[in-house]
Amino acid sequence: MTYEQATQFAQTWGLVLLVVLFAGVLVYALWPGNREKFKRAAHTPLDKEGDDGRED
Amino acid sequence: MGVIAGCKLMVKGGFREDAAGILLILVIGIGLALFGAARAIDAPFAVQMWTMLTGFLLGAAAILYDFGKGPKADASSRYENGVVKAGVIASMFWGIAGLLVGVIIALQLSFPNIFYFTDHGWLNFGRLRPLHTSAVIFAFGGNVLIATSFYVVQRTCRARLAGGLWPWFVFWGYQLFIVLAATGYLMGVTQSREYAEPPWYTDLWLTLVWVVYLLVFLGTIWKRQEKHIYVANWFYLAFIVTIAMLHIVNNLAVPVSFAGSFSYSAFAGVQDALTQWWYGHNAVGFFLTAGFLAIMYYFIPKQADRPVYSYRLSIIHFWALIFLYIWAGPHHLHYTALPQWAQTLGATFSIMLWMPSWGGMINGLMTLSGAWDKLRTDPVLRMLVVSVAFYGMSTFEGPVMSIRAVNSLSHYTDWTIGHVHSGALGWVGFVSFGALYCLAPWLWKKKQVHSLALVDWHFWLATIGIVLYITSMWVAGIMQGLMWRAYNDLGFLEYSFVESVEAMHPYYIIRAVGGALYLIGALIMAYNLWRTATSKEPAHVRAADTPAAAVAAE
Amino acid sequence: MWKFHKWFERHSLILLIGILVVVSIGGLVQITPLFFIESTIERVQGVRPYTPLELAGRQIYIREGCYTCHSQMVRPLRDEVERYGHYSLAAESMYDHPFQWGSKRTGPDLARVGGRYSDEWHRAHMVDPRSVVPESVMPPYAFLERRDLDTSNMQAHLQANRVLRVPYTDEQLANANSDARAQAEPFGADAFDFEQRYPGVAIRDFDGQPNRVTEMDALIAYLQMLGAGVDFSTYQAEAPENLR
Repeated sequence: MTYEQATQFAQTWGLVLLVVLFAGVLVYALWPGNREKFKRAAHTPLDKEGDDGRED
Repeated sequence: MGVIAGCKLMVKGGFREDAAGILLILVIGIGLALFGAARAIDAPFAVQMWTMLTGFLLGAAAILYDFGKGPKADASSRYENGVVKAGVIASMFWGIAGLLVGVIIALQLSFPNIFYFTDHGWLNFGRLRPLHTSAVIFAFGGNVLIATSFYVVQRTCRARLAGGLWPWFVFWGYQLFIVLAATGYLMGVTQSREYAEPPWYTDLWLTLVWVVYLLVFLGTIWKRQEKHIYVANWFYLAFIVTIAMLHIVNNLAVPVSFAGSFSYSAFAGVQDALTQWWYGHNAVGFFLTAGFLAIMYYFIPKQADRPVYSYRLSIIHFWALIFLYIWAGPHHLHYTALPQWAQTLGATFSIMLWMPSWGGMINGLMTLSGAWDKLRTDPVLRMLVVSVAFYGMSTFEGPVMSIRAVNSLSHYTDWTIGHVHSGALGWVGFVSFGALYCLAPWLWKKKQVHSLALVDWHFWLATIGIVLYITSMWVAGIMQGLMWRAYNDLGFLEYSFVESVEAMHPYYIIRAVGGALYLIGALIMAYNLWRTATSKEPAHVRAADTPAAAVAAE
Repeated sequence: MWKFHKWFERHSLILLIGILVVVSIGGLVQITPLFFIESTIERVQGVRPYTPLELAGRQIYIREGCYTCHSQMVRPLRDEVERYGHYSLAAESMYDHPFQWGSKRTGPDLARVGGRYSDEWHRAHMVDPRSVVPESVMPPYAFLERRDLDTSNMQAHLQANRVLRVPYTDEQLANANSDARAQAEPFGADAFDFEQRYPGVAIRDFDGQPNRVTEMDALIAYLQMLGAGVDFSTYQAEAPENLR
């Protein structure tokens, strides 16, 4: 393998792949339909039911 | 007595899979350690094998003794807290030990005539420095991560820790790893790979412990009562899995003998250098960042009693962070014999890494939005929040230092040491202290930590210590770098190397003072936590904690 | 795309595999080409595997944590080249398992320290650094000259290196234990044979104690060969195959 071959791939398909992946994560996280779900998830640590302050 | 009773009981059918599995490992370990001790080709190896043997025997005895006490009533608590408590104690112990060694080596560089002992080579800087780094990163940081991950995964999954006795195997197995590594360094057993110095057999033992750790963590997630896996657990999972990968690849080596401590790295020269710094940088990225971000994502919302600022941001910054971090290693090798394309790649990703890092920082800080007043009244929360501020500072400094022009000045100097410590003392230290201050009253059922005034003292002593440390190292490092490249009017190098060493003297002293203040803060904390745990006040049951009826079903 | 993320949140194993895939990409792209791109390591004259004594000295260098304060990597910057010598080549550490490039210069770079100071200077410096360099912060290593070098396993050391494709000959392997002593005993019985096996290597009593082979011998033998190997008269830095 030469340096040129490696960079050739990295600068074309490699770049496209990573941009698509990142766009995917972005779209998912910002998708309006997911808003409620994330709100619930964010409250997980605060949910008192999960707490346990008692002796073993 | 108990041990014998335990043996009998196990034979009679008090058989439990977890205990039997651990015993099997210990018995195999005892055999291998005995073999190693008998055949040892170098003295340190023999000592290490006897240490291992002692550890295994104690472990086996403890299991059998525990059985000897007869069948236990099924624990009434919903969660396994014992191993987390042990983790809190171990964290505090190793934290103080690691900081103490740090202060000692800082003093050695300040006053070499006083703190070196001609007849005690094992106390030389070269042997204590790995002891310091491993003690603070793996012994202190590792215990904090294991303890908090065991705590958090149970609460956010609403499930008891999986695996029965296996979490205890993880805990004690990890302590044995620390003892083996630390005593090994003092005897000169090292592979010279920074932050991966332990020899091949210690690496193998850690691999085993780590796989069990992963299984316990996953097993708990599998039992969860929640559909969604909370984001803190993602960070913990990324930390556990990636550290396993890094550890295995970076420690590939050919032992000189299976009864000796020497080994030769599987890679050489330039490939070895990149493998090591791929490991080294991601030990920072996944051990000291991802793991502690998990702490941030649980303890700051919990202590502030507010949900995390943006859950969406947490998802984006999670994937971006773990993807980008792994590329950044080559910035440790700027201008070296590493091909330049790799250096450029590393620097580029390091600069991009700034964004997800600050995404995390913003998420942590903004969780406080609307509740900033709590910073005035709650020193524990203040510690947690200031840790995030330090995180933001060092994750800005890092990308700057990865720029080739800056790096040509900063590399090899104390600037790097200052940078590391702004992250280590400011971010990792403070977020750990904050979490431990939270955990102590929660675990030992107290209303709050023994003395908030002492937390305040700790906070300010440590903060002043950090400021002294990093400012002295900035000045020292930049001065060093400039002195090395200074030319006089005739076109000759202005300074000999040793003149730059001499110029460091006052800054090394200031650094030692800063470190000592930080250590004193930690000692105050240990006292405070001890008083919290042993206070006579009646068990504090949080009103909201009253367990639901479903608890028993666990 | 976004629908699939639900899997990550619900299925821990898929999350785990996702993490593994994501964190593998960077390492694969950066590290694996180093093994396959031919231009990674320059072709130079003069780099040879370590002699058994030097290898033992290198293990002492590692054992004492010298790498925590000394780098072995001269960067191609004007001041470094003038202070330390020609910038380091990848080829110079091609037999280094592990590499010793270091990350910090509390003390000076050692990549080209070989031949720069006398054995006697090294010995005095190691015994009491501040007797030679008053401002030094280096620890004392007097114990090295009191400890006899353990040469009983050098054959196994060379063997491990050979497994990793360091080109030791059968003869070098078979005589490794005695060769470790021979290099420090110029008037010993094995000195001649040693010279045949390792032509051009310095054979002398490094630690000033002719009747003993100590750890000091080994460490100084190692330090004295550092950076002295490459024949820069035959190396053309600007040649296309050496530009990386």
